Amino acid sequence: MTPPRTAAAAPAAPAAPAARTGRRARRSGALAVVPLLLFTAIAFGLPAAAMLDGAFTTRDPATGAASYGLGNLTASWQGAYLTALVGSVKLSATSAVLATLLGLLLAQAVVTSPLRALREAVLTASGVLANFGGVPLAFAFVATLGNSGVLTRELGLADTGWNLYSFWGLVLVYLYFLVPLMVLTITPALDGLRTQWREAAQNNGATHRQYWQHVALPVLAPSLLGGLVLLFGSAFAAYATAAAMVGSSVPLVTLQIADAISGNVLIGQENVALALSLDMVLVAGLVMAVYLPLQRRSARWLA
Amino acid sequence: MPRNAALAGCLAVVAALTLTACGAAPEKADNKTATGKDAATATSAADFGGMDALVEAAKKEGALHAMALPRDWANYGALIDGFTQKYGIKVEVENPDGSSQDEINAVTSRKGQDRAPDVLDLGTSFAVSGAQQDLFAPYKVAAYGDIPSAQRDDQARWYNDYGGYISIGCDASRVKNCPATFKDLLKPEYKGQVALNGNPTKSGSAFGGVYAAALANGGSLDDIQPGIDFFGQLKKNGNYTPVESTPATVEKGETPISIDWDYLNAGYADQFKGKGVDWKVAVPEDGKYAQFYAQAINKDAPHPAAARLWQEWLYSAEGQNLWLKGYARPVLMSAMEGAATLDKAAAAKLPQVSGTPTFPTEAQQTKAKGVLAQSWGKAVAG
Repeated sequence: MTPPRTAAAAPAAPAAPAARTGRRARRSGALAVVPLLLFTAIAFGLPAAAMLDGAFTTRDPATGAASYGLGNLTASWQGAYLTALVGSVKLSATSAVLATLLGLLLAQAVVTSPLRALREAVLTASGVLANFGGVPLAFAFVATLGNSGVLTRELGLADTGWNLYSFWGLVLVYLYFLVPLMVLTITPALDGLRTQWREAAQNNGATHRQYWQHVALPVLAPSLLGGLVLLFGSAFAAYATAAAMVGSSVPLVTLQIADAISGNVLIGQENVALALSLDMVLVAGLVMAVYLPLQRRSARWLA
Repeated sequence: MPRNAALAGCLAVVAALTLTACGAAPEKADNKTATGKDAATATSAADFGGMDALVEAAKKEGALHAMALPRDWANYGALIDGFTQKYGIKVEVENPDGSSQDEINAVTSRKGQDRAPDVLDLGTSFAVSGAQQDLFAPYKVAAYGDIPSAQRDDQARWYNDYGGYISIGCDASRVKNCPATFKDLLKPEYKGQVALNGNPTKSGSAFGGVYAAALANGGSLDDIQPGIDFFGQLKKNGNYTPVESTPATVEKGETPISIDWDYLNAGYADQFKGKGVDWKVAVPEDGKYAQFYAQAINKDAPHPAAARLWQEWLYSAEGQNLWLKGYARPVLMSAMEGAATLDKAAAAKLPQVSGTPTFPTEAQQTKAKGVLAQSWGKAVAG
């Protein structure tokens, strides 16, 4: 996280008489940032430092003596913990890619629709649904598509091998809030596609397909990728829905952290949980590293 | 104008910081006992100058702060109300559905604060490890001598309180033939119906369920693997449902068969009467596994006298019988049978079990947990 650029960082103004008042304004401007910096240090810096400290601290279970080492991190890259980490990445990537595609199609349909009311309705609904998560969402799906859910019984889904409490069941549930999130994210970008571009392409004899392939998608690509990263992050960090629905049968890193940090069974695993959180930060960092340069490239098109 | 805004912002932050600082470490009430001892180091009611003096000291503190005591768990609701009624001391239960680890975290992270828990109800392993870390105050309740020696710390830093057997609960209105043993659970007629009440790497009762399944399938207290394999097999043939059973999922029919402590399952039977759920409870003959929880007092309890009085209340005949009414087996059960203070009617309502239970040692449990943490996910994944 880079601190926002402050006025004090800019070079001094050239003209002498103007400089005096200018400098004063700048100084008080810098002062105004102090609360933000303090807040960042307390709300973000302290927990991050605590996490780092804990992740590298190994505690002897008998004596409670602490020492620095890589023990927790190595443990977090092995066995069940590694499976969970891979499982989380797989689930988040799958549901994010699917939601990006579905969200794009839906948003395009809404944006090009002549009905203004439809657009308003879909966007409002998306705003609500994108925030519908956690245990209520899990129970809504259990009641609808669970083993004794309404649809499962009415349509006889159980005989077709349907099982909500599996990888694909969880993907379906995640799509429920990821697709609306994508619609919200991508609609402004779709609005930014100018009609003139399409007309220009058509005047030059481009087909519909060629227009999308060579004009629209390249322009949209960074926004799409940005949306994908956002969705990935959303799914990657999701916890309550999965905990309530699949328990331990789909390995996820957030569930493993919860087991290690607040259980009735495993003892002395708190620092491994912190190491797992550090792993999550690393994965998120990797994804951001791909996304940021691309996003910079796109800014000039959709500004 | 911007300057004013900056000043206001700084002031707000400073105020916030000061307020947080104020939240910590209040002045502790002076709590010397009649004999001049500090309440926080009293190791028995006699240190206060008898039970009456203890009650008086506790009343002066006026409150008890506890954690992770669900009202519908082993009749804790009645125990809490009874305590308040008898001694006029308010009991605050924070995060009723919390876990043993949450309690230990609260003890270590809120040292010296008045929000720290006074008393703890823990899984025995957590009690043992907490005692090793020197988190608990030694205190002998009046009935300490009657607690079987295997179920108490010899320095009285913790002792078992109540426990029960792993049982199979079953909704007879949805399931035609209720299963009574682990072997029964494998029958194809129970497709998608068998649930645990949590994730065994996190929930103590689900862990007990896996241990019991191990005993039923050729495993032992030293070897939990057959239990993990058993659930892997259940998963493979489609009987296992990963939904964690709660009263709500049972009532909805999502978890018609639930492996859980017998006191919880038996409690559900009462709760469900008249709701269209005919809940039957059986302790499986092939996998008998019992486990007790443990009580401890926080060494830095903000209400040290009330904490000690709470323990006396729990280990009084009245308190023990209240657990029994919640279908939990109190630790003093056999002593009370001898002294004829046991509530016979409540004891007769417990699910029938033959033989005496055996408990895994700490070493056996630690080993089993390690195996479970590594291979449980693999066994039921998919």
